Amino acid sequence: MGLVHADEMTLNIGPQHPSTHGVLRLKVKTDGEIISEITPIIGYLHRCFEKHCETLSYEQIIPFTDRCDYIAAMNNNFGYVLAIEKMMDIQVPERVKYIRVIMAEFNRIASHLLALGTFGLDVGAYTPFLYMFRDRERILDLFEITCGARLLYNYMWVGGVSHDLPVGFVEASYRFLDEFEKNTNEYHNILSYNKIFIERSADVGVLPKDVAIDYGVTGPNLRGSGVKWDLRKDEPYSIYDRFKFNVPVGKGTMGSVGDCWDRYWVRAEEMNESVKIIRQALDKMPRDGDVHEALPKKVRPPKGSIYFRTESPRGDLGYYIISDGKGGPTRVKMRSPAFTALSALSEIATGWMLSDVLVILGSLDIVLGEIDR
Amino acid sequence: MIINQKVSDILEKQFPGSVIQPEEPQNDYIQLLPNNWNEIAKFLKKETELKFDSCQCITGVDLGIEENLEVRYNFHSMKHKHKIEIRIAVDRKRPTIPSVEQVWRGADWLEREVYDMYGVRFKGHRDLRRMLLPEDWKGWPLRKDYKTPNIYNGMKVKKVRKGWD
Repeated sequence: MGLVHADEMTLNIGPQHPSTHGVLRLKVKTDGEIISEITPIIGYLHRCFEKHCETLSYEQIIPFTDRCDYIAAMNNNFGYVLAIEKMMDIQVPERVKYIRVIMAEFNRIASHLLALGTFGLDVGAYTPFLYMFRDRERILDLFEITCGARLLYNYMWVGGVSHDLPVGFVEASYRFLDEFEKNTNEYHNILSYNKIFIERSADVGVLPKDVAIDYGVTGPNLRGSGVKWDLRKDEPYSIYDRFKFNVPVGKGTMGSVGDCWDRYWVRAEEMNESVKIIRQALDKMPRDGDVHEALPKKVRPPKGSIYFRTESPRGDLGYYIISDGKGGPTRVKMRSPAFTALSALSEIATGWMLSDVLVILGSLDIVLGEIDR
Repeated sequence: MIINQKVSDILEKQFPGSVIQPEEPQNDYIQLLPNNWNEIAKFLKKETELKFDSCQCITGVDLGIEENLEVRYNFHSMKHKHKIEIRIAVDRKRPTIPSVEQVWRGADWLEREVYDMYGVRFKGHRDLRRMLLPEDWKGWPLRKDYKTPNIYNGMKVKKVRKGWD
């Protein structure tokens, strides 16, 4: 391959491109079809989240966290309210704890479904996308009957949740989980073990373990590289220590450890683990209790700062919050997992073909709303 | 969080005078002087007892017009599963601090974001450009003394109305 040297060409992918999952511009220098340099340019979706936070009260920020990662809004709420609760030392009722875990895990499944579906789209498989959206739709229906919203929930509040579970939610969830478990086999048949899909993704865009850690890559991307690191297990927050589940890691089944297929596979397996957690949570959840019981009259954390991380579908989502004892924060910084994953793109994608870049980008599962904030 | 005390003691031994001892004993963070931050960072990453191999978060902080700017680092060790927070104050007038971009690659974009929002210059950073804002943006928006410009590139900036309507 190294013998032919064509003229270098600079190419722009994006800002508007169906495969960039949002508004992202990739400045690519190519030598023939091989990529010699790739620079992601971000900021097109910058909405001044952190600047806004300085003028808002703590409760008003929750809807803003929704809009950062709009694919997994529940998980974003979750991290934020847990951080504030830790600062204020609030104990929430048992039922609220279980409801939150159920919602967060449902949202994780929905997010992974979207990630895998669009990943399929990136390599040219249209059908799996529709299959996965069918199931995602049913999760969104569950959210809709609970809080009225399908995408941006504002569901988790400091000290509780906005609405109690509606009548029939538990039964509907069980029904969904039963059917979903059957459907996962369907996904494996149409996408995971599809020969074309394997050809496109296995052994492509390998992210070695030490490079991933050095870049601060977390979540399924890090686990795809074979590192067993999951905050739900290694640094349990909320009530995750009460559930039994595994942490799937990439093993290089189809190619080498840390390739695109491994990242895909970790997400696919994680959905099954989430199903396990939801089942246990539904079984153990107290059947009654007031979800508004622990809501504080005023959200005013004492003076100080906190860095709190939770495991969002994309990785370690951290909030750095500084309070000066007033009704609003002095500073809120969001440590976005997709941001660090994208920063590693130039390392992973250099040396691959142009058509592989979109596959690698798809396998990283980025959400531009969270990167630009 | 005993790890903070341990790290603080090790650093004091290795780099005398670099740790600013807190007025009251506390366990949340370690305050350092910026001078030999790069060497300290390398030490934090390499030392077998510490092994902070993952740079989780870099936060720029402005606590008020009279105060210094501050950069706060959250590190984490995948091996030992411990974490620390390090704070380094920088002068508001001439905010420079050694870059750790070549120690942890992940610090690259995180430092650029702090530069973008606070104007902290990371000395030794190989590609210190604006991250989220356009390159022709003037000023450092998250500083407390930042004033929203009236005109941007010939376009009038709309005044934000007070309240929600």
